[in-house]
Amino acid sequence: MSAHAKTHDEGHAPGAGHHRNYVKIWAILLVLLIVSVTGPMLGIRVITLITAFGIALVKAYIVAKNFMHLDVEKPIVHWALAVALLLMVVFYAGIAPDVQKQSGTHWKKAKVESHAPAHGSGHEGH
Amino acid sequence: MNIPTGRLAVWWVLVSEIVIFGGLLASYLMNRLTHADWADQAAHTNTWIGAFNTLVLLTSSLSAVLAHQAAEKGDGPKAARLLWLTVLGGATFLVVKSFEWTHEIREGFTITSSGFWSYYYTAAGLHAFHVLCGMILMIWVASTAAKNQELHRVENIGIYWHFVDIVWIFLFPLLYIAK
Amino acid sequence: MSHTSHTEAHGAGAAHADSHPPQSFFHKYLWSTDHKVIAMQYLFTGMAMALVGAFMAYVFRMQLAFPGMSVPGFGVVSPGEYNAMITNHGSIMIFWVAMPVLIAGFGNYLIPLMCGCDDMVFPRVNRLSYQLFFLSVLVLIASLFVQGGGFGGAWTAYPPLSSVAKYNLTPWGSLLWIIAVALEFVAFLLGGINFITTAMNSRAPGMKAFDVPIVVWMIVVASLLFMASVGPLIAGAVMLIFDQTLHTGFFDPARGGDPVLWQHLFWFFGHPEVYVVLLPAMGIVAEIMTVFARKKLFAYRMVIYSVIATGVLSFFVWAHHQFIAGIDPRMANIFTVTTLLISIPIAELCFVYIATLYGGSIRLTTPMLWALAFVAEFLIGGVTGIYLGASGADIFFHDTYFVVAHFHYTFFPIAIIAVFAGITFWFPKMFGRYMNETWGKVHFWGTIIPFNLIFIPMFLLGMAGEHRRIYDYTHFPDLALPELQAMRILATVALLVMLAFQLVFLVNFVLSLMRGARASKNPWNANTLEWTAESPPPHGNWAELPNCYRGPYEYSVPGRELDYWPQDEKA
Repeated sequence: MSAHAKTHDEGHAPGAGHHRNYVKIWAILLVLLIVSVTGPMLGIRVITLITAFGIALVKAYIVAKNFMHLDVEKPIVHWALAVALLLMVVFYAGIAPDVQKQSGTHWKKAKVESHAPAHGSGHEGH
Repeated sequence: MNIPTGRLAVWWVLVSEIVIFGGLLASYLMNRLTHADWADQAAHTNTWIGAFNTLVLLTSSLSAVLAHQAAEKGDGPKAARLLWLTVLGGATFLVVKSFEWTHEIREGFTITSSGFWSYYYTAAGLHAFHVLCGMILMIWVASTAAKNQELHRVENIGIYWHFVDIVWIFLFPLLYIAK
Repeated sequence: MSHTSHTEAHGAGAAHADSHPPQSFFHKYLWSTDHKVIAMQYLFTGMAMALVGAFMAYVFRMQLAFPGMSVPGFGVVSPGEYNAMITNHGSIMIFWVAMPVLIAGFGNYLIPLMCGCDDMVFPRVNRLSYQLFFLSVLVLIASLFVQGGGFGGAWTAYPPLSSVAKYNLTPWGSLLWIIAVALEFVAFLLGGINFITTAMNSRAPGMKAFDVPIVVWMIVVASLLFMASVGPLIAGAVMLIFDQTLHTGFFDPARGGDPVLWQHLFWFFGHPEVYVVLLPAMGIVAEIMTVFARKKLFAYRMVIYSVIATGVLSFFVWAHHQFIAGIDPRMANIFTVTTLLISIPIAELCFVYIATLYGGSIRLTTPMLWALAFVAEFLIGGVTGIYLGASGADIFFHDTYFVVAHFHYTFFPIAIIAVFAGITFWFPKMFGRYMNETWGKVHFWGTIIPFNLIFIPMFLLGMAGEHRRIYDYTHFPDLALPELQAMRILATVALLVMLAFQLVFLVNFVLSLMRGARASKNPWNANTLEWTAESPPPHGNWAELPNCYRGPYEYSVPGRELDYWPQDEKA
């Protein structure tokens, strides 16, 4: 280990002084989980999407903020994680126009028949 | 004051993990949005098992962060006990997953059944691999923490574990709920 | 391995001597956690792989110039072997030569020494990184000898050729190839995390971010680029392995997959990768230019900002490799513009180097010649890239030898010229002895002149419409014209001459290692911290770790007697 780097013990507690009630946060996460599972049971597409993905974002935010202590972490970490996430947006935006394109000049994507059993009846798929 | 070296490295690991899972999930999303029939395939996944596994991982995250809290107070043995509890959570997750997969494969939904199932097994498998790696590292961290050594590692492995938890938080709606 | 380099290592590191008891050969050179030993391991492995890659180039160039002949040292080249040769030549030269030598080799050697610390922050992770890399070398070499032969689907590994054994006829070769590439990625991720963390947390007291030498900045930014771009390809590699072995259909359109997705996954990494290897090379050149021009680096901060700008832009250009792959034409417009934009910061770096030379007292030592040649040759590579970046011109040039010549004019300066510049420059520090200057210059001219004679004909061949990946041009009457064949022969003969001159380097390297003149601590009168350690530095680098008082490029400061001002010298 490098001599300059032997500083673990000095600053290893970003959450020090913040006496968070972790059990309470965990309980909130559980409530959110229940909502995200029961939401789609209503069968309304918009509500399904909001409860499924909206709540996933909220849960991820709560875990990152409270369990990973991102709220008291140095800004460079926020930047690094944000850039990585942003890069995935770039990745999606650059590629989706190609992969999601269904037809072009003289070509059309083939319709694909699924090999999986329709009702999970126990027969081998193909 | 710099970020402690170990924790800084964990953050960089997470940056590289974000783009690995990000690339895979973005590819899945693009395909999912263009294949309407994948929703019918997804209907065969078991939301209750997925929800149970989410519960298991969230709970294991709680014990991981409580271990960190114990390590901060200098209580290595307590941190180690909580880490073992987290490992137990990871093991439960994997056991549930293996029963789930066995059931699905016996129903005929294998990795080659359709595009959806290829992504399903690949994404969940890559995540399960991360759970396994986290468990192995955590056993190692717990065994040193029990001797009150290298307590800063408790926090570092915890951060990794919470990240794996967050990945699952997104896999759950992507693979199970959206039907 | 560096047998002679650590003979006096333990006496000099007095403060560390008790913590580093004498070790066996195995622990000292093969199982070491010392960043300098790991750097040497990467350097020598990379150089050995360069010989393998060069041998492949020799074989397929002979086949192209004299089709059907029995190549001395290999025999008659079959079409499958030809494909395996070009594929593995490309993969080896990029993944197993440029990456290990430039980033891992020089990065490992220079980052702790230039930052003034005793080792990487995670020495054991560093060792693991090399071991994984070595494993990937073994897997790659094995892939050439398995049943069916080595993978022949080009280093870009486009499906379905790479994913369906029925098409590529190399069921084992293609699987082992992709496994080797994936292992190599993991090795460099571990190494990169180490580099970034070391440069962030382990700098000498007083060394602020803008006191860090340019080459360290470049390697750190390159590691960040690698880390941020390789993820989707790791996921893609897993998907490709599943397509090959489990017969999933990720990239099979007949089963709902999409082969263009792989191309995007590959080039989302593949283009930043160009900058991953370019930046360390440009950093090495910057260090050498300031030392031998005896001048401050022109616009130090601007260099860093342009490097960061290059890094950001490099994530927006990848699809220019796919203009004729059926991508959305609207995206082609965007990617043309971004591709032309990225030439601005790179051109600016070249201007910065020229401005650094302006008015300097230039010493034409061997490393300086290599550094100057880098700028000159890379310029040709950069300028021809403009033609290929414009989607209209690219439709004609795509997959011709014009492309081959273009990327060799970028990669040869990066992976060969800059590496020779770096090795000749830091040789006294690495091994405590000087290299022979005369033979160094002979090797320089014997490499640079044939290099141009290999690749200028390829520009002309490409403009004449010569398509790549053709095993035997006599089957294509339009391309088998005698004047085109004459240029192929010229390129091949020039390659033979260039390879012959590499023997000069190898002999010079080994002889200098054994009986070169002893070098002092600071043979070039340079400023950066590595020149304040012993030559070669002992385990632990310094008996007492240095402090830093100023930036790295204070050369010819007015009013100072000496024309250099080491970073660790108190004002």
